[in-house]
Amino acid sequence: MTVPQNPSLDASDEVDTRQGMILYLEDLTVSFDGFKALDELCLYLREGELRCIIGPNGAGKTTMMDVISGKTRPDSGSAFFGIRHDLTQMSEHEIARVGIGRKFQKPTVFPGHTVFENLELALRGSRSLWHTLFAKLSGEQQDRIALGLDTVGLSDEAHLPAGQLSHGQKQWLEIGMLLAQDPKLLLVDEPVAGLSLSETERTAELLSSLAGTHTVVVVEHDMEFVRQIARTVTVLHEGRVLAEGPMEKIQADAKVISVYLGS
Amino acid sequence: MTTGSAAQSGSRSWLLAVGLFAIAAIAVPLLNLGLAEDSPLHLPDYLVLLLGKFACYAIVALAVGLIWGYAGVLSLGHGVFFALGGYAIGMYLMRSIGTEGVYKSELPDFMVFLDWKELPWYWYGFQHFGFALFMALAVPGLVAFVFGFLAFRSRIRGVYFAIITQAMTYAAMLMFFRNNTGFGGNNGLTDFKRLLGFTLRDPETRIGLYLASVTALLGCFLLCRYVVGSRLGRVLRAVRDAESRVMFSGYDVRSYKLFAWTLSAVLCGLAGALYVPQVGIINPSEMQPANSIEMAIWVAVGGRGTLAGPIVGALIVNGAKSWFTVALPDAWLYVLGLLFIGVTLFLPRGIMGSLLSKHEGTRT
Ligand SMILES: Nc1ncnc2c1ncn2[C@@H]1O[C@H](COP(=O)(O)OP(=O)(O)O)[C@@H](O)[C@H]1O
Ligand SMILES: [Mg+2]
Repeated sequence: MTVPQNPSLDASDEVDTRQGMILYLEDLTVSFDGFKALDELCLYLREGELRCIIGPNGAGKTTMMDVISGKTRPDSGSAFFGIRHDLTQMSEHEIARVGIGRKFQKPTVFPGHTVFENLELALRGSRSLWHTLFAKLSGEQQDRIALGLDTVGLSDEAHLPAGQLSHGQKQWLEIGMLLAQDPKLLLVDEPVAGLSLSETERTAELLSSLAGTHTVVVVEHDMEFVRQIARTVTVLHEGRVLAEGPMEKIQADAKVISVYLGS
Repeated sequence: MTTGSAAQSGSRSWLLAVGLFAIAAIAVPLLNLGLAEDSPLHLPDYLVLLLGKFACYAIVALAVGLIWGYAGVLSLGHGVFFALGGYAIGMYLMRSIGTEGVYKSELPDFMVFLDWKELPWYWYGFQHFGFALFMALAVPGLVAFVFGFLAFRSRIRGVYFAIITQAMTYAAMLMFFRNNTGFGGNNGLTDFKRLLGFTLRDPETRIGLYLASVTALLGCFLLCRYVVGSRLGRVLRAVRDAESRVMFSGYDVRSYKLFAWTLSAVLCGLAGALYVPQVGIINPSEMQPANSIEMAIWVAVGGRGTLAGPIVGALIVNGAKSWFTVALPDAWLYVLGLLFIGVTLFLPRGIMGSLLSKHEGTRT
């Protein structure tokens, strides 16, 4: 099945982070019917950092993730993964294959598949048609799925259809799928929306533990949660970066207080 | 929708399928050829023909069910693939008439009638059965591949996709209606005499074609069963339920859809190739849009998301059709419409789907 692929891409095409940066967003603009959801946005991520993105509703946080993951094409500006991969020229699955994983704002799992099968499909490995037609799970892969189930606390639900999980469990299953995919950059959109206090704490621990070996971008409204995990915070407002820095500085920033924290 | 129970009942389903096949393959020849015609249990020839046709319809339903029920792609154009398979075998059957036609010519009668002097190039090779059978699978497969490649690349989905498949079958019908296209115009291909040396009208040939059809049905069922049970099948169902999640997990959704779509068309072509020698004619009316819609109704009635469902649906709807078109010929379209509306309202998962959920309900 030959669907056109980006010619510059092959499996061995590792992300090039020799400059220490893993993501470069420069002058990104996205407009919907004249309205600018992103307005010359610039953002850089160091490899291994955990970055929180906050900002009022409609600030463009989800749109930014859409651009990075290939769902939305920017009107102008550039988005590079490392110094080699031009994300604006790659399709969604190519972006996923070079190592960018995404958790949606609304939890998105495969409702008709069991929890186990959800993780099986997410598991890192060949995505080719012929491979999946004949693939059998190796012992090592089964172990990795079992480990993933354990990490997200769904071992007992392994053979339940994911559609029957509670909202919180679905959030966690999606995070588990993201981990199984083992991306280098994780885009996590509102991971604790609708979670209980203890679930929120566990999510914070999990995401914090990923930093260092992974680069993590978390969009979140829950300020308590952001305080728990944040090292660097970026505040978006009307499609632009309003402020960026450590949490204490952001909380004291007059501009930020007026558009966001104060309200 | 519980995949656990589907997998469990799936482990036995192949035994059931082989069992039913064995019954169908032994009983029908025995009751037809083995019993004297005045015996009360004798199975008349017309019923053998009917059952053979039903087996072909069941393959079509399986094919439509694969792409609709598993990959979530509704086709209202599978009549084209069925007809193309039928035309390919029809061309072989025309060629094997030899000089026994009305005009005693080497050329098929309709070409003599059009005053053509030689065989068009695209008829070359069809005097060989093997080549014709290959083309009966390859041509629908190729047409589907090109069509699907363009449509899936442009991310045409849902009702838009269904509408362009209707347009495709309609356009193909108009093309085949033209005499100049070279497939017999609106009369199509008919007056066949022999297949591989066997006289088509002989009861033994009919039984042979019937057996070939039910064997093909079993083969298609087992093939589809393997596909939907593989990881590829799980990817297809995932595409149906949450397409963007599949893309962002790194799967090239287009190639998965294209695979299922092309396989589905090939199976449909096989069904057409088995159908035409039995009914003795293929003409462009097989491509009329309503035929393809009827195929989708078989699947909706039987139940999407299972393999047995479409087969059951094809048998029930066509059984009813055979009865109504004799008893109340004018009523059939209304009955079909009511059946479709009734199933949509009261059995949204079709007959098999409802049976399965009852079964799950009693177990848990
Ligand atoms: N597909 C779309 N069509 C039109 N407007 C959109 C679309 N997606 C987002 N927007 C608009 O762009 C703005 C930014 O949206 P979004 O990125 O979802 O904000 P956030 O995630 O920060 O709440 C909002 O005003 C939203 O209404
Ligand atoms: Mg958002």
